[in-house]
Amino acid sequence: MTTASVTWTDSDVAPRPVVERLHEWVTTVDHKRLGVLYIVYALVFLVIGGIEAMIMRIQLIAAHTDFVSPQVFNRMFTMHGTTMIFFVAMPLVFGFANYMVPLMIGARDMAFPRLNAFSFWLTAFGGLLLYFSFLGGSGLYGAGNAPDVGWFAYAPLTAKTFSPGHSTDYWTLALLVSGFGSIGTAINILTTILCMRCPGMTLGRMPLLAWLSLTMAVLVILAVSPLSAAQIMLLVDRYLGGHFFDTQAGGSAVMWMHFFWVFGHPEVYVLVIPAFAFASEIIPVFSRKPIFGYPVMVAATVCIGFISMSVWAHHMFTVGMSPAGNGFFVLSTMAIAVPTGIKIFNWLATMWGGKIQFRTPMLFCTAFLFQFLVAGLTGIMLGSAPFDWHLGNSYFVVAHFHYVIVGAILFTVFAAFYYWFPKFSGRLYSETLGRLHFWLFFIGFHLTFDCMHIPGLLGMPRRIYTYEPGRGWDTWNLLVTIGVVFQGLGTLVFVANLFWSYFKGARAGNDPWDAWTLEWSTESPPPAYNFATLPVVRSRRPLWDLKHPEDPDWKYEQ
Amino acid sequence: MTNTVAVPVLEAEVAWSLPDRGRVGMYGLIAAEAAIFTIFVVAYLFYVGKSLSGPLPNQVLHAPIVLTICLLSSSLTIHLAVAALRDARTRAFLLWWAFTIALGAVFLGGTAREWHHLIYDVGLTIRTNLFGTSYYSLVGLHAFHVTVGLLGLSLVLVLGLGEHVRREHAGRLDVLSLYWHFVDAVWVVVFTVVYVIGR
Amino acid sequence: MSPTSIFAPVSTPADSIFELSMFVLAVTAGIFVVVFGLLVYAVVRFRRRRDDDGSEPPQVYGSYEVELAWTIVPVLIVVALFLATARVIASIQHPPKPKDALDVVVIGHQYWWEYRYPKFGVVSANELHVPVSDPAHPTPTFLTLLSADTDHSFWVPRLAGKTDLIPNHPNSMWIDPRETGLYLGQCAQYCGTQHAKMLLRVYVDSREDFDRWIEAQRRPARADAAVARGRRVFETTACVNCHAVGGTNANGRFGPDLSHFMSRDTLAAGAAPNTPENLRLWLRNPGAIKPGSLMPAMQLSDEDVNAVADYLESLR
Repeated sequence: MTTASVTWTDSDVAPRPVVERLHEWVTTVDHKRLGVLYIVYALVFLVIGGIEAMIMRIQLIAAHTDFVSPQVFNRMFTMHGTTMIFFVAMPLVFGFANYMVPLMIGARDMAFPRLNAFSFWLTAFGGLLLYFSFLGGSGLYGAGNAPDVGWFAYAPLTAKTFSPGHSTDYWTLALLVSGFGSIGTAINILTTILCMRCPGMTLGRMPLLAWLSLTMAVLVILAVSPLSAAQIMLLVDRYLGGHFFDTQAGGSAVMWMHFFWVFGHPEVYVLVIPAFAFASEIIPVFSRKPIFGYPVMVAATVCIGFISMSVWAHHMFTVGMSPAGNGFFVLSTMAIAVPTGIKIFNWLATMWGGKIQFRTPMLFCTAFLFQFLVAGLTGIMLGSAPFDWHLGNSYFVVAHFHYVIVGAILFTVFAAFYYWFPKFSGRLYSETLGRLHFWLFFIGFHLTFDCMHIPGLLGMPRRIYTYEPGRGWDTWNLLVTIGVVFQGLGTLVFVANLFWSYFKGARAGNDPWDAWTLEWSTESPPPAYNFATLPVVRSRRPLWDLKHPEDPDWKYEQ
Repeated sequence: MTNTVAVPVLEAEVAWSLPDRGRVGMYGLIAAEAAIFTIFVVAYLFYVGKSLSGPLPNQVLHAPIVLTICLLSSSLTIHLAVAALRDARTRAFLLWWAFTIALGAVFLGGTAREWHHLIYDVGLTIRTNLFGTSYYSLVGLHAFHVTVGLLGLSLVLVLGLGEHVRREHAGRLDVLSLYWHFVDAVWVVVFTVVYVIGR
Repeated sequence: MSPTSIFAPVSTPADSIFELSMFVLAVTAGIFVVVFGLLVYAVVRFRRRRDDDGSEPPQVYGSYEVELAWTIVPVLIVVALFLATARVIASIQHPPKPKDALDVVVIGHQYWWEYRYPKFGVVSANELHVPVSDPAHPTPTFLTLLSADTDHSFWVPRLAGKTDLIPNHPNSMWIDPRETGLYLGQCAQYCGTQHAKMLLRVYVDSREDFDRWIEAQRRPARADAAVARGRRVFETTACVNCHAVGGTNANGRFGPDLSHFMSRDTLAAGAAPNTPENLRLWLRNPGAIKPGSLMPAMQLSDEDVNAVADYLESLR
């Protein structure tokens, strides 16, 4: 393989007026810009969702506190959950996929750039619509009219009888709109990966991030659609007098649960699979070894994708399914633990025998490994239906899924931020602030979410605005609340690091980590066209081949 | 500032062909839509026989055979239209394409007539009972997709009459026709579920 | 010790879950120790040394043998867990039902519990009385779970796992507590504003005490001339739209049956102890105790509040 050198000079242009720059951002169809828009949008809502969590935790710091009314508290947990899933985690996942996938497969943009932009703005509008609920409906009297039916909006609580006014409609419409945006982006990612890889990049030579994004996109297409269908049915009930979930007319509340969780379970894999993707890119680079067992990692991911569509009713173990029904979902839930657990071993084996550098991205990924292990194990406990008859709908579940969403997903998202920040911005972040962020957040995370398991084991259900003293829940709730303070501080340090480094950080070259995938072969930040000439690859680590011409990967890959 | 990157380059011609973006994207859309329809079909099947009051399907539903033949034939006509365009037989293309739209329009008109009869003569509305809710939702969702399809087809017809559609567009129209075939396939399922199984 | 701990079972279904949970915890703890240990080892042993020469370590791409091994072991663990779980599912969901099992119908409301004993014709609310069950001669209680409005869930951890109450979807569960006492729990499926204060109190009585309680509940409500004024206010104000008092013209079913209101230790489904002060506060302004409760403030004058309270306090 020969290499060519491509050289050009930045032209001297005066900085353009703000209005023009803003207009460029609003009308952009460049996947990198849209990726940044998604990510910044998510960060704003992360702070808002965090404030909602803080309000809840202050209310729950002791028994019978009076910080907020039950009505406000119920809106808080509904909005916190809905915001974090749909307007933080999903945009983060789509944002990183948008930015990274074309770069990593050697393409110039996504398959459908205008659809890409349209999908982003749909999602963005959905978030604004959801938050307009605080003002809309009953208007400004009282605490507004945000939805208060829980993020999974069980029927018949969402019927007009039990939820008069428009709060539930804001929930339904906001998610319906952003759901279409998600499906659009998923179709885009799917098409880009299948149709726009650079020459030589067979599916077996794609970075794992591409494989996992592909799986995630397929899951979105198959799983978000059922939610949209169910929401249309809910609208038919609420506005056209339909009876889909009207139990008084013979309708089925359980059917809503089935439809919702057919979405809801694959959804959590939509969120966690990109976390696996980030770990699978970062851990090898900082261990200085290729990912262990690439083919099996791909196979395990595809397996997870398939099986994840068959486990949904483990969220419904308490609704009275037959023993056979319960048993089936126990089996499928336990089964999915196998390909998931295997991945932990593969990451471990990647680190094994390596020379690990614990820079900030690797700190977060290492914590991810420990935390995802625990999350998976508490998941197994919940998957054992009789055990779930206690633990389900208790704070044990809340602790479990926060362990996954914060401990696994958010930690790897932080890792991804630090890892790709030089590529996005052309600057190096402050390693000191990065470490400070890590340790503050790590301590806070464990204080909050380790302790949170205990009240669940002691009988504390979820979604209660206050609790009785004398049940042994008080001290644990206090510790949980204290941990939030550390996480908040850590997040502030993170945001400060982003801002400071963007303006003052040292200039990063193309490849500050000495990494191996295609995004590191182009400038930091990449030019609008990504690559001066489209690369041609012969292995999974094209830059390793360039840097080690005597010992290229394509000689050894399975 | 001068920028330099090292770029791996092709040494020899490598055969590299990937699927067409339009087709893959359309398949993705079809998969998503299929998932949405599946949920409505499941709801319909689940509620068969569960309405607390009438009217019931076997009392009021009559299988729309003619409409079905029209709609399914339109899959054939659109296929012939695209094939004609591939051969650059523009007039044949326009005729078959228009015929497709006509058949689709007949289907929609017939559905409208059926609904008018059900609502005004029989008294079955979306709020009457579980049957009414699930029937109008499922058939309505399908009719909505037919409508969207007809709008797209009509746009192409207008462009074609303005002599803007040429042989090189056959690939794109083939992708559009995939959507139309999907709508027809959904009708086969809806027909079976509503007029055969559900009755 | 927490009165709602899942690790202190006193009833067979709770026992079965406890045993299963110990097995599951043991297995997951074992997995945790092994994998955690390996992770710690890797992090310590393979960190880059300060005096590292900058060379790359051996590039290992994978090993099918190793991967096969660490697939097979989890599969075996999964099979073991599934079999243990399936057994307990069957034993709890298909229990034997002895002839003298007690049947209770539980109807969930926003935000209180209705209890009916069909065999005895008793209708009560919020405090469930059941007889203790002697393991030698079990007298379990079988609960049929219904809902009048939205979803609820019955969870008293020391007695059984939770089962939901879903409208138009009857469920059933059973308990056979072997120790007398008061067992606590609360609604475990978000049902609206006051979900948090839909508390559960299950009184496991000795056989004699239970029989006595049933007898008292079956008697018609006391008619005491001294509280006639309060009774009149009760029956002419909207109270009777929602509440029932046996033997009177109060037949409302939207709210709890008050025939034997004073036999209960708490009011508003456990939200407050049943004291004269709390009762008057509740009558004057339910929102002070349970904001969002569906009982409206009836705007009674102070005399009427006291009269009604006196009347209710006579309903023993």
